[in-house]
Amino acid sequence: MRTKDGHFTVLIALIVILMTSGALVSDGQYLSLFNLQSMAGQVPEIGLLAIGVMLAMSVGNGGIELSGIALANLSGVVAATVAACFVSASGEPATFSLIFILAALTVGLLGGLLNGLLIAYLKITAILCTLGTQMFFIGLAVVLSDGRSVRVGAPAPLYDIGNGYLFEVPVSFLLFISVACFIGFVLRYTPFGLWLMMTGSNPKASEYAGFPKHKVIVATYTVSGILSSLAGIIIASRTINVKWDYGTSYLLVAILIAVMAGVRPEGGYGRVVCVVLSAITLQLMSSMLNFMELSNFVRDFAWGALLLGFLAIGRFRLIDFFSPQVRAVSSSVQSPQAQKQ
Amino acid sequence: MSSSETSKNLLAAQSHSSNRLGNLISKRPEFVTLGLLVAICIAVSIANPAFLTPTSLIDIGRASVVIGLFALGVFVILAAGGIDVSFTAIAALTMYAVTLLVQTCAPGLPIIFVFAVAVIGGIILGVVNGYLVYTLNAPSLIVTIGTQYLFRGGLLAFIGTTWIMELPGEMGTFGRVSLLEFEAANGAVVSLPMYFLILPAAAILTWWITRRTLMGRAIFSLGGNPEVTARLGYNVKIVHLFLFGYSGALAGLAGIVHATANRLANPFDLVGTEIAVIAAVVLGGARITGGTGSVIGTMLGVLLVVVVDNVLVMVGIPSTWQRVFVGAFILLAAAFFVTRQRKFKPTK
Repeated sequence: MRTKDGHFTVLIALIVILMTSGALVSDGQYLSLFNLQSMAGQVPEIGLLAIGVMLAMSVGNGGIELSGIALANLSGVVAATVAACFVSASGEPATFSLIFILAALTVGLLGGLLNGLLIAYLKITAILCTLGTQMFFIGLAVVLSDGRSVRVGAPAPLYDIGNGYLFEVPVSFLLFISVACFIGFVLRYTPFGLWLMMTGSNPKASEYAGFPKHKVIVATYTVSGILSSLAGIIIASRTINVKWDYGTSYLLVAILIAVMAGVRPEGGYGRVVCVVLSAITLQLMSSMLNFMELSNFVRDFAWGALLLGFLAIGRFRLIDFFSPQVRAVSSSVQSPQAQKQ
Repeated sequence: MSSSETSKNLLAAQSHSSNRLGNLISKRPEFVTLGLLVAICIAVSIANPAFLTPTSLIDIGRASVVIGLFALGVFVILAAGGIDVSFTAIAALTMYAVTLLVQTCAPGLPIIFVFAVAVIGGIILGVVNGYLVYTLNAPSLIVTIGTQYLFRGGLLAFIGTTWIMELPGEMGTFGRVSLLEFEAANGAVVSLPMYFLILPAAAILTWWITRRTLMGRAIFSLGGNPEVTARLGYNVKIVHLFLFGYSGALAGLAGIVHATANRLANPFDLVGTEIAVIAAVVLGGARITGGTGSVIGTMLGVLLVVVVDNVLVMVGIPSTWQRVFVGAFILLAAAFFVTRQRKFKPTK
């Protein structure tokens, strides 16, 4: 489980290639400080959602998280409504921001908890459950906001999360990296991380081993919900308004990032560092398409093709052909799968 | 003592009868769907008698054609243990491409050939899906999310983004051919269109395939246990190609029906309705993990979703609340079916 899988190397190589070719295509503009900052500012929201998808996939049981962006928007809408009830954004920016952030995180926690409880205890399949909660969350956001966008404004501390810089690096990017490090640490060095991955790779064995299976599932989806609400906070502070239908394509993109990072869709394996790298790769590609002045629809098309391409790479273990000693390890892990054919 | 004994007997009798009920529900979950449908219809017609007029019933019939065709395709894939979210993209792509083709090449093409071309287009796209799901050996949800974006992105990027307001030739008139006509209370004529017949025809064909052919056996067997299916000698690849191709054909058909019914080919349409369709199939008693389900149940599930959609406004629930209700409804129904099926699973 802890072996290298080659995705890390491939993603690093891809990032280097994209940066050089981007610089060549745009006469160096691609690597200007402004462009790098704007790209780094766009990674966190989608990266956080992708980590949520990765956690849900890793815990197995057909796990997937389809309600992420809906929950992110819902927490933004709820937080904006609640915070506006107590204080005005321009009058007391600090209190407003605090209430906003707390309210958003609470919504994320509750939403994730709802997903986890439904999946673990009521045994609803994750696909169906998160489809249902997706619609439920969107619906709540529509009801609360009456279908319109809710103004958050730009209270100083909150605004800085999405737009500020620390040593020329966007604050949101630093936040994203620290959250990713924390999740990575938890997955690697705590019993919870071990339980999570083991539950994903073999639910039955982990149950006999005495892991608290249900609690692991609930905790996983709750963490995933909190990550969604963090994404919601960043979205709110970047866009100043929150709306229920923001980022509809994020659903696919988050899954695409997870698959590109080598997270196994059937559970049991995934690395946070690869998810971060693959989110960065995708952002580089997206900016590249922008520089080439192609329409959004071409980008959708490219994402679809990319997702299928990376599934093929994962399926035929193309990456492993270039690192022989790794191949032996992962093929022995993979053997029960091979029998299916 | 005697009282405790009688209560014991009573308990035993109760558990016995609830066991029978449970068995019935786990074997034929469509009865629950039917019960729910009837209950909702009765409740709504008490709350608002306008519900039981021909106008609203025909509205429901008309609204259920496209979602019903989609649902039959989803049912077949769900029965085989997969899931498909790309069918709306297939429908939009074939709808728009075929309309464009007919408009530019053969405006006078009879409607039957238009349908044939759309079905063939749908089959080709569906087979692509099936081939990818089989060879990539990845969860079909993820594969079909990929193909959804591929098809829809391809449509909008390379084929066109403008609405076709004037449908060519028979495509424009077919939607208006009516099967039955009523005069409503206010004097307006309401008609059940001819294209409504496509839904029962497709339902009967699907029933025949799933219940009367070897392919049907293979599909349910694949949903129950893929490994055993392969060992029994079924060609799993062919089954995959068939079921995704069939679903694609139904989607292509649904796309053209949608265009002729609205007299408009809008490339941005349809995508986004997947959740409602999948919900309808699951509410019809098909387990999302495969191996179960029936055509009757699927049709009842479709009716349930369409009725709930139409009825919320009628009983005075504002349309902003619609998604909350449908979402909560999906979760409750799913939880209900799952707990029922688990509790009353016959002991092995």
